[in-house]
Amino acid sequence: MPDTRLTDEQESLRRTVAEFAREVVAPVAARHDEDRTFPYEVVAGMAAMGLFGLPFPESYGGMGGDFFTLCLAIEELARVDSSVAITLEAGCSLGAMPIYRFGTEKQKREWLPMLCSGAALGAFGLTEPAAGSDAGGTRTTAHLDSGMWVINGSKAFITNSGTTITRLVTVTAVTGTSGDDRDADRTKEISSIVVPVPAPGFTAEPAYSKVGWHASDTHPLAFVDVRVPEANLLGERGRGYANFLAILDEGRIAISALAVGLAQACVDESVAYARTRHAFGRPIAANQAISFKIADMEARVHVARTAYYDAAARMAAGLPFKKEAAIAKLVSSEAAVTNAREATQIHGGYGFMNEYPVARHWRDSKILEIGEGTSEVQKMIIAHHLGL
Amino acid sequence: MNIVVTVKQVPDTWAEKKLDPTTRTTDRKSVDNVMNEMDEYGVEEALKIKEAHGGEVTVVTMGPEKALETVRKALSMGADKAVHITDEALAGSDALQTSAALAKVIATLSPDIVITAAEASDARGGVLGALLAEHLGFPQLTQARKVTVDPGAGTVRIERQADNGYLLVEAATPVVVGVVEKINQPRYPSFKGIMAAKKKPLTTLSVADAGLDPGTVGLANAASTVLDAQPAPPRQSGTIVKDEGDGGTRVADFLAAQKLI
Repeated sequence: MPDTRLTDEQESLRRTVAEFAREVVAPVAARHDEDRTFPYEVVAGMAAMGLFGLPFPESYGGMGGDFFTLCLAIEELARVDSSVAITLEAGCSLGAMPIYRFGTEKQKREWLPMLCSGAALGAFGLTEPAAGSDAGGTRTTAHLDSGMWVINGSKAFITNSGTTITRLVTVTAVTGTSGDDRDADRTKEISSIVVPVPAPGFTAEPAYSKVGWHASDTHPLAFVDVRVPEANLLGERGRGYANFLAILDEGRIAISALAVGLAQACVDESVAYARTRHAFGRPIAANQAISFKIADMEARVHVARTAYYDAAARMAAGLPFKKEAAIAKLVSSEAAVTNAREATQIHGGYGFMNEYPVARHWRDSKILEIGEGTSEVQKMIIAHHLGL
Repeated sequence: MNIVVTVKQVPDTWAEKKLDPTTRTTDRKSVDNVMNEMDEYGVEEALKIKEAHGGEVTVVTMGPEKALETVRKALSMGADKAVHITDEALAGSDALQTSAALAKVIATLSPDIVITAAEASDARGGVLGALLAEHLGFPQLTQARKVTVDPGAGTVRIERQADNGYLLVEAATPVVVGVVEKINQPRYPSFKGIMAAKKKPLTTLSVADAGLDPGTVGLANAASTVLDAQPAPPRQSGTIVKDEGDGGTRVADFLAAQKLI
């Protein structure tokens, strides 16, 4: 079992981000949620702290931290606002990480410094209207024409893809077929290509009306004869999907951290409310129906945190972590959804009012069982590891 | 510019604070401890002066071993080095003793500017700046909401916050400057800053190392003694005004009686 204790530096960073979340994020979270606006001023503050460069080497403009430390930052942000937390998560692990992991030295030098600085955001376009968990169903195409990739197709639910500071969208596209298997989906050659935006033919369509994550930027994307240089191929041709799956494993740990932050926020809010809200002449916390509910919530968040710390520590130690990441994602997203439901119940009528953070947490929680691999996909991974 | 900034570790501003019933001093063990919030503004101002005019920022604190966390925070924000005066014998020192100890150490650093916060959120004495200036024989510019340094002329000019505006005050260096929250927006340390903090020079001084007379420090030798301490009474429930057509007037009367309007 790898050591999951935090170093002094990790603990300092965690505290610093917690302070930032309390002082800078919390005062504007409800307003951005209500108005469905992207919190540019908060993102600028996170950029100034270097959060977008946290897990990348200093030579590319990063902070020289690791992925575990990024997860700690994501957890503390999610304790206040999931939209802000997912903006960081997607910016690092979907926007910049594929370039860091699979890019050539030239590509890294060209794009990582601006992404690490937080002055620009990158997005990753994998999901399509008809291809989610089964990414083999990808229909977006790219073909070479006089040294340029010509991209056509559409992508769905792409985070950070339409902000005024979005500068890159990496897409997976079918770049050819191999063999003559009748099941065409299985023989598609899928590659990743970096599209600097804005670009002629590229459109970030109007933002979705989502149940939660209102202050996070999510768009459908359209590509009509978008042309980028051949050199923008990211990683080996035909390895686009496989490479992305590798990124997804660590992304699951980050989403797990986000879920733990939300689940913890529900405990924090419930403890404070149950102590001060009186009914029948005493604080509602005096009723075991309430205090036991909160005890269960605390137990859930503890287990979920332990699971993601373990997965993150395994990753940091260079040990296999695919199964552990899936378990962490599964239990923490369930903990988040359950804790959010219980927290709103404890808050009674106020829990259904948008001005109470628990109502926002409740709306923000459900996506955690869906995004970055559904709970069912996590169970497929776990079952597969059991030889089933 | 050689800048010294004083910092203090205090019980978390957000936590419920308690008094230790035996020593009648702040109970620092039962709560999280953080850097005095106003000190963050002092550190930020020191860093800004350094960024504009060059030089070095030294953080000085006096406090238990745990106060090292606060020193590290200042270093992670960007200060260059730190001096930590720590000794069991110092426990319970009052403002007079603390200022004497700090001044003794600060004098050895030959500063151009000494920055302190207008007050610390625990004891709220608000006298450290004045006491340091007295011990060091420096002029004092307190309640500063803006600081302008002219290294060529060797002067520091401040906007001194006042009830109905501000006073423009200037003094020649070396000088003690006391800052208020309006002065800036303190930065959050970056992870790079946090990593770098561990490698920055830190000097730890005991009473003997600092050249202090053991017979003058600590609770037993304090100039002031806390005779009694009582917890704050629980907050009284508010006045409920039932609106019978004259609600507005009655609320206005209440506010007027409190001298709020």
